[in-house]
Amino acid sequence: MEWFDTWGLTLIVFLPLAGALLLGLLPRDNEDALKGTALVVTLAAFGLSLLMITQYDFGGGSYNTYQFEVNETWIGAINSNYHIGVDGISLPLLVLSTFVMVLSVIYSWNHWEEPYNPKGFLILMLILATGMNGTFVALDLVLFFIFFEVVLLPMYFMIGIWGDRTPRKIPGFSREIETRLYASIKFFLFTLFGSAFMLLGFLALYFRSGEFGDRTFDIIQLTELGGMGAFTGTFAFLVFGAMFLGFAVKVPMWPLHTWLPDAHTAAPTVGSVLLAAILLKLGSYAFIRISIPILPEEAASWAPAIAILAVIGIIYGSLACLAQTDMKRLIAFSSVGHMGFVMLGIATMTDIGINAAIIGMVAHGLITGLLFFLAGSMSHRYHTREMARLGGNMKLMPIMGGILAFTAMASLGLPGLAGFWGEFMALVGSYNPLDGLPLGVFRTSMVLGAIGTVLTAGYMLYMLQKVNLGEPKEEWLDKEFHDVDRFEMTAWVPLIILIVIIGFYPRIVFESTTDTVVSLVDTVFGSEITASLNSGG
Amino acid sequence: MGAFSDLLLIAAEEAEHAEIHAGDGGWWADTAGIMLILPFVAYLLIIFFGKRLKYQGGEFAVGALAINLLWATVLFVMNMTGGVLDQTTFEIARIGSDLVFELGWVVDGLSIMMYFLVNFVGLLVFIYALGYMEGDVRVANFFASFSIFAGAMLVLVGAPNLIQLIVGWEGVGLASYLLIGHYWEDMDNVKAGNKAFMTNKVADVGLILGAILLGLAIGDFDFGHLSEAAVAGNVELNAVALTGGFLLFFGAMGKSAQFPLHIWLPDAMAGPTPVSALMHAATMVTAGIYLMARVFPLFQNMAQDARPWMIAIGAITLFAIGLLALVANDIKKVLAYSTVSQLGYMMTAVAAGGYTAGLFHLFTHAFFKALLFLGAGSVIHAVHSNDMKDMGGLRKYMPTTYWTFIVGSLALAGIFPLAGFWSKDEILATLGHEGYTTVMWIAIAGAFVTAFYMTRAVALTFFGEYKGHGKPHESGKLMARPLIGLAIPSIFVGVLNIPGVDWPGIGNFTEWLGVRVVAMGDYHPESVDFGLAAVGLAAALLGIVVGWMIWGADRKTQEERDSFAVPVLYPLLRQKYYIDHAALGIVGATTGPLARFVDWTNTYIIDGIVNGVGALTRGLGTFVYGILDQRGVDGIFNGLSAVADSAGSGLRKLQTGRIQQYAASFVAGAIVLAVVFVLVS
Repeated sequence: MEWFDTWGLTLIVFLPLAGALLLGLLPRDNEDALKGTALVVTLAAFGLSLLMITQYDFGGGSYNTYQFEVNETWIGAINSNYHIGVDGISLPLLVLSTFVMVLSVIYSWNHWEEPYNPKGFLILMLILATGMNGTFVALDLVLFFIFFEVVLLPMYFMIGIWGDRTPRKIPGFSREIETRLYASIKFFLFTLFGSAFMLLGFLALYFRSGEFGDRTFDIIQLTELGGMGAFTGTFAFLVFGAMFLGFAVKVPMWPLHTWLPDAHTAAPTVGSVLLAAILLKLGSYAFIRISIPILPEEAASWAPAIAILAVIGIIYGSLACLAQTDMKRLIAFSSVGHMGFVMLGIATMTDIGINAAIIGMVAHGLITGLLFFLAGSMSHRYHTREMARLGGNMKLMPIMGGILAFTAMASLGLPGLAGFWGEFMALVGSYNPLDGLPLGVFRTSMVLGAIGTVLTAGYMLYMLQKVNLGEPKEEWLDKEFHDVDRFEMTAWVPLIILIVIIGFYPRIVFESTTDTVVSLVDTVFGSEITASLNSGG
Repeated sequence: MGAFSDLLLIAAEEAEHAEIHAGDGGWWADTAGIMLILPFVAYLLIIFFGKRLKYQGGEFAVGALAINLLWATVLFVMNMTGGVLDQTTFEIARIGSDLVFELGWVVDGLSIMMYFLVNFVGLLVFIYALGYMEGDVRVANFFASFSIFAGAMLVLVGAPNLIQLIVGWEGVGLASYLLIGHYWEDMDNVKAGNKAFMTNKVADVGLILGAILLGLAIGDFDFGHLSEAAVAGNVELNAVALTGGFLLFFGAMGKSAQFPLHIWLPDAMAGPTPVSALMHAATMVTAGIYLMARVFPLFQNMAQDARPWMIAIGAITLFAIGLLALVANDIKKVLAYSTVSQLGYMMTAVAAGGYTAGLFHLFTHAFFKALLFLGAGSVIHAVHSNDMKDMGGLRKYMPTTYWTFIVGSLALAGIFPLAGFWSKDEILATLGHEGYTTVMWIAIAGAFVTAFYMTRAVALTFFGEYKGHGKPHESGKLMARPLIGLAIPSIFVGVLNIPGVDWPGIGNFTEWLGVRVVAMGDYHPESVDFGLAAVGLAAALLGIVVGWMIWGADRKTQEERDSFAVPVLYPLLRQKYYIDHAALGIVGATTGPLARFVDWTNTYIIDGIVNGVGALTRGLGTFVYGILDQRGVDGIFNGLSAVADSAGSGLRKLQTGRIQQYAASFVAGAIVLAVVFVLVS
């Protein structure tokens, strides 16, 4: 399998892009060929990522060492390399990304929003796939930045072209604007705003990484430098802050989250699914991959602030959900709360918390992805997302209703399903954060986070009550409803099964992450940092 | 199975120390986990194949519990004759060396008692439901959820650690939500389900935080290790024991409906009656008591200061909530308030140090309360109403239901020699011995109240004239036989634990329950205190007599008899002490406006800033671009714009065409700032 060691990862990343090019050559009206090609390509990428699991050496999961590594000179002038690789942290996310992509292609088989054009949409999806997969494996900051940004444009077009056309009155604007236009431009600018700072941070790191000619964008080398204390003081503070802005927008953390409900609500179904399942994880992943290892001391001193913002996100997002009347917007806001738990886990800077964050990301990807599939399929049938008009869905579409109830339960963190572990372990981590971090802040966060789970249950039951239960409203009585069709079933059943399996056997995620995370925490937060924290530094 | 060998070692040492004699249960204990799995298998079978069968899958549910009962009975008998102590666990996650999560099953005196109870009562209720649910709108759904209900409860009682307990705990909550809302077309039922789920979820915060505190103190979540650490006086555990104990108790208050978190339970009557029978007897509400018993050594050895509070809550629950049963007209609500009151007895007993007393009452109560609910269901099935005003005189029409209901009522009232007499007496004896004399008298007064409201329920339902519609008739065999099956233990199980009596070859209930990894060190009376027993019995008899004088005697008119009410208390009781109003009022008055406020903030403040910044940047962007452009460095920017242009060519059709300008400005700005930044630092 030598070819796989060297080419495997590159194939996983670039196969979708090649597929996109191929699709560009195919005629617009041969839909079967277009869909078939997209399916084959995404399946191939997924298959390769599964093969990667079998070839991955789980015993060797130590920090700052990567497998399937490729390191080739790319832009020699600035010492930027084509450097990619996976470790225990990125592997589950990479698999999640390729997996959800396959399901999205299957789902889109017979679900197209106006203005149709499957060719264009599939091409965008495949470009998106390359961007997402690439972000999870990039080990060079320039490469990372490019993949991170590549994601932006396809999503912008998806929302802008295939998005919701309902005119909306936006506070502060004189005219009514189509939802998709406002949402897409907001998404784009918000993310770009964050990215600019992120890039600034990357460049600053580069310039500080050595003398002219030795400077590097390489994450592994920067991590080593960071571990030796190369980046300290105001410089480190500002760099962390700049990168924080970039990543926090993507997560999104309160109060930088307001692009998300709009983007989600306006996006076409598959767009929302990919946004929730994968895109949001790019930010939290970047915290673990870049911010913490390269600037550990800064990470620790920022940690209480991150925890506070995360907890505000949990409570605030859940409360906002309770005020929603639009089903999709409610689900969108729920992401703010759930990603709050992920960030709370990261903020603890412990092995438990960071593992919680990763399994939280995977679970949120599966669960919220499925919720958006459901919301899409339902608004496809009802042509409305207003919960006041829905109701009695269990009677009109029992299977759809059953799956919605299941997913809502998973989303509220029912123990025994995947969503539980991320929330629970984030709370466990908050009880005993990294030695030296303020216990008061974190233990208060733990209590507030636990209260947040009550609110989460509240809005999920509220949604089920409004949408699923009761008698159907009169306007639907003479309508024919198609319950779940076979494409939907094919796309959803794997998600359901995985949600249950991870719920009862989280080890299938932790087996990959634990060793790497433990070694990460042990190494970067060695005795020096905790000592300096303890002495009030 | 890492922690297992540890545990056995501790178990062996402790057993020697406390003279607990037990075998390992052999094959039956090693395979006991099948009981935790079969109901879920039944669930899947019902979902996929149920609709094709006569009882729409009820067959699978009954079959699963029947097989389970075989295991439970064998283990029960083995435990009677020699003790069984075993634990099997599987690691499901490990975080470094710090934290291990396991699933599995524990087989000891406590869990064996619960396995037997859940499966025995569950099986009879399931069989009854085959008859009761015939012709219902969603039989298959019902049995599917019912199987989860039993399965989750078994996962809970079989849990070797707090994590699995939480899984079962919330699983039970989920199933109850589904079953209470079984008739979800009616919004009232949906709201009752929501209320149950939310009240429990609030309490679960306590359970989860308590689990974290205690688990991190001892290094894992294993109950055996927790008990061991509590007995051994582990310093770290001692530091958090009181807080952790309170938190766990708060969790137990939700599930076991202790005042003031009892408010969900009477509303939970919205589900079909077999659900109430199972929920009030063996599953769900017993979970809190079970948890307190499972971590009993923690309260016995460390968190003693929590106990007076627990006793107080239990005492309020047993008396004040019991009174509410007096004014309920819905027969199921009478029984529901009665359950709350009896749970108060159990909680008081366990908190006072009566591990066996509390659990023995849990055990006997399960039989007669299931019996009473099934009897009520039989009545409701016949008269098509829950309201006792539509009943009356049913003893003539429904003899089996009548006689078994009488047995259940007498057992609940604590009349010698039925089951409830023995278990209630043991609670009184424990309270007296531990010095809680006031609480003991409250409990005696509670016995009076219990007999009083049960007499009322029996009189209104079975005596006088029938006031409903049509001619009621006895239920069919599927429903009648489980009544008999529960009436028999309701009469006899009390003798299993007569103080001072050791049955040859099997000992007594106290010994069976004492088979744990550490000795419980609880108090149990060595001989019957005839004086106290007489007082308790007299209170109950007085309740029956007074009740009969009011509701049973031949008063002038039917109307007058039915609507008799205690004058002063009546308004207060009818309004349920205003607790529901207060709770819902507070939740409604805070959450709603708070949620709207947050949403408002989001739209007008945060987004206001965002939109403002957007507008400002647009102006600024144009301005900066203009300035830079005029100063002649536009070469770079033209280049960058061209890149943005080509990328955004499609975009321009959609947008105002300015995006690429912002993009260029941002990227350019970033580079300039980066250079400045590096030069400065």
